[in-house]
Amino acid sequence: MKLHIKYDINICSRIILQEQLDKLQLPYKITGLGEIEISETISTLKYQELETNLNKYAIEIIDSPKNVFTQKIKDAIVEMVYLEDALPAIKISAHLAKKLNKSYNYISGIFSEVTFTSIQKFINLQKIERAKQEIIEDKETLTEIAWKLNFSSVAHLSNEFKRNTGLTPSAFQRIIKKRKETDFTSQQ
Amino acid sequence: MNHDALRILLADDDDDDRLFFKEAIEEVKVKTVVTMVNDGVELMDYLLKAEIHLPNLVFLDLNMPRKSGMECLQEIRSNNKLKDIAIAIYSTSGLEKDIEETFVKGANIYIKKPHDFEILKSILAKVITINWQYHTSGLNKENFLLNIQ
Repeated sequence: MKLHIKYDINICSRIILQEQLDKLQLPYKITGLGEIEISETISTLKYQELETNLNKYAIEIIDSPKNVFTQKIKDAIVEMVYLEDALPAIKISAHLAKKLNKSYNYISGIFSEVTFTSIQKFINLQKIERAKQEIIEDKETLTEIAWKLNFSSVAHLSNEFKRNTGLTPSAFQRIIKKRKETDFTSQQ
Repeated sequence: MNHDALRILLADDDDDDRLFFKEAIEEVKVKTVVTMVNDGVELMDYLLKAEIHLPNLVFLDLNMPRKSGMECLQEIRSNNKLKDIAIAIYSTSGLEKDIEETFVKGANIYIKKPHDFEILKSILAKVITINWQYHTSGLNKENFLLNIQ
């Protein structure tokens, strides 16, 4: 038996995309041919999963190599700041160069071009983010947090914190505590 | 990952302030799309329209006719649909008490309006670059507080 089949490649691709995006429960909009808008920031893990799933249908995500590389730099920095208990004792530039197997000049050049900020500023931002979490958890003293995040002293941590947020660590802690006591939904 | 532009909305009843804001923001390197409304009532009407693409960042003048910035802040923070929007208070007051109150009520950024255009440019560059980082790097917005005097 021979069957003759007629199909519309655009509709096929669209349905595959919809199925795959639904599977990962991503909020999306197919905005045109070959373009999807996802309205939340997706994790690297989900992004990779989506990429792998789509590749089975020979659908590729076209992302510029620079963006992909920048994501790798960010991942390496986040891993360095969050996963390891204390920051590496060797210089951060050497650590990144080794990890990504490229010269630090090359790494920092691409990073600034794509993110509009320097690696150093991004690391500071991430360190302060981690300090915020620790301050909110309120399990360790500022001295311990400062040591863990490679600040030379509590004063150094407090200064950096103030420079990044405009607030002292204690004002920040007080505000977040008060916020938690406020139930926003009951204000209406 | 690709991120196109940061969507910004300014609610301010002062014509000059809106103009300065627009001119200053055009010089920031991050790509932005700016929408402006004249007061709090217009702001809430705009945000609650079903078909709009919600802004990533709202600049809110505290002192507006019809509906104040503080009222808008509370309405935005008690509405689940609007919870991801970062809010920057844009005010003439620099009182510690006012700053802390808006933060507790859910503001992310507090900016004391500068009188100098150059300072405004550098403040907006800082605010937008940091927002861009939060927007593109999946940082925890709940802990995002920034006070600029």
